Amino acid sequence: MTTNTTSSSLSNDSPAIELDDVSKFFGDEKHRVEALRSFDLKVQPGEFVCLVGASGCGKSTLLSLLANLDTTSTGTVTTRGRTALMFQEAALFPWRTAAGNIDIALKLRNVSRQERKERVAELLDVVRLSEAAKKRPHQLSGGMRQRVALARAFAQDADIVLMDEPFGALDAITRDVLHDELERLWLERKFTTVFVTHNVREAARLGDRVLVLTSRPGRIANELPIGLPRPRRMDSPEVAAYAAQITKLLRTEVRRHAHDTRVS
Amino acid sequence: MPTTPEFHETNEHDEELAGLDVLDSPTTQRRKWWPMLWPKLAAIAIGLSLWQLVVWSGWKPEYALPGPASVFSTLWELLLDGKVFSASWVTLQRAIIGYGLALIIGVVIGALIVQSKILRSAFGSFVTGLQTMPSIAWFPLAILLFQISEQAILFVVVLGAAPAIANGLISGADAIPPTILRAGRVLGARRFNYFRYVILPGAMPGFAAGTKQGWSFAWRSLMAGELLVIIAKKQSIGALLTINRSLSDATGMIAWMIVILVIGILADALVFSRFERAVLKRWGLANS
Repeated sequence: MTTNTTSSSLSNDSPAIELDDVSKFFGDEKHRVEALRSFDLKVQPGEFVCLVGASGCGKSTLLSLLANLDTTSTGTVTTRGRTALMFQEAALFPWRTAAGNIDIALKLRNVSRQERKERVAELLDVVRLSEAAKKRPHQLSGGMRQRVALARAFAQDADIVLMDEPFGALDAITRDVLHDELERLWLERKFTTVFVTHNVREAARLGDRVLVLTSRPGRIANELPIGLPRPRRMDSPEVAAYAAQITKLLRTEVRRHAHDTRVS
Repeated sequence: MPTTPEFHETNEHDEELAGLDVLDSPTTQRRKWWPMLWPKLAAIAIGLSLWQLVVWSGWKPEYALPGPASVFSTLWELLLDGKVFSASWVTLQRAIIGYGLALIIGVVIGALIVQSKILRSAFGSFVTGLQTMPSIAWFPLAILLFQISEQAILFVVVLGAAPAIANGLISGADAIPPTILRAGRVLGARRFNYFRYVILPGAMPGFAAGTKQGWSFAWRSLMAGELLVIIAKKQSIGALLTINRSLSDATGMIAWMIVILVIGILADALVFSRFERAVLKRWGLANS
């Protein structure tokens, strides 16, 4: 069961995302793959949560459930407000310009032409891409494409932004600058964020809270609040210390699988 | 810049962002016309020389295989007395009407098949099969149905071109990357909107290739038709070619063949290849 409540019922004390005892299986009775088992999660409005986990921790499944692209096997998912999903590939429409890609998100929500024009200009400015409005995705760098994708997520008026390793394919410098950019936008707009990454440093750099997931089936193994002030820096010793802590948790988690016989 | 107080580094940050944008953006080069043109001119020159060499070798008598010089002087006369233009106009009118009809039918059939799994499994391979059918094999039936008439030619031209166009649309839709389809759904595109804003534009590169292939099928079918279906008082290219053949006028025949070739190439270069290139360029798929 997946419940979506509209933003009108959004109140401060109710969480933006609530997963209650969620399980998800794939396949039939005999060859059943358990992606998620009794998964409980609460994310407060405006919170930035990072998920880290080894392969098979069901993070893609989790995001699909949150984005309402899939349904749970048991348990309930409640999201309050609109959700937008960002991928590792920006997944922009190659036939549309940067502005056009933002525009289509508004158009599909029946926003009037006049309003669309204003919103597109505003959103391009938000992600600092006004100059690139008329360029097509193949004329943009990877980082610029991800910023268009972010602006497109904002165009969906998303209260919740789900990010599936959005900076995974970018070089280190670009990623670093985009972390600053994402943090700036998040501080300005306070959208609820669920950010999936393999990079523990990135998780410590960005998250209010980092969740370490188990693999096969995916469950929350550990959770670590990152009590650092913002803006943060990727190379600060405090972030490094938290990253080391997350790494330790992850390694413990991975070691648990050393004696698994089942190889799927 | 008035921004949030904790961001005293905002200017620096924006500069970094702008700097990376400049450094990382792909650069493009303009196409130059001369490096594109000279290999073509050289190919024509080589072709003509080979032709002349065969004629000089005396392999066939002049009346069966005339040389380039006599063929081009005949062609020049045909150009001067306007015959090339009037005949081409008759033929091109048929081509435009036939191709236009094929385009409409091909798009409708292709679109229906793209958006319905049932129609696809029912007619998908049938359409592909139709495309491999030599159009000349349709003529006996066409003549039976429509006698020696414009409709008979039109029928075969449409049957020749429409499957290629439908197929282009179908294979174009199949080639849309899954991430694009998923993005479309995430943005809330459903049913008609999904088709209109995701599938159709996404299928354009394949569709462009299909229109190009459709043109070559249409042009071939049309020539076959004009040779088989001679309509009185309509001096089409095919009709004039047939007259030359019955008069054993090899020079005239080859002159008209050159006209057919040139029209085919020009239509492809000026319309279809140009359209395809524009689409590929816009979609970021062109490799230049």
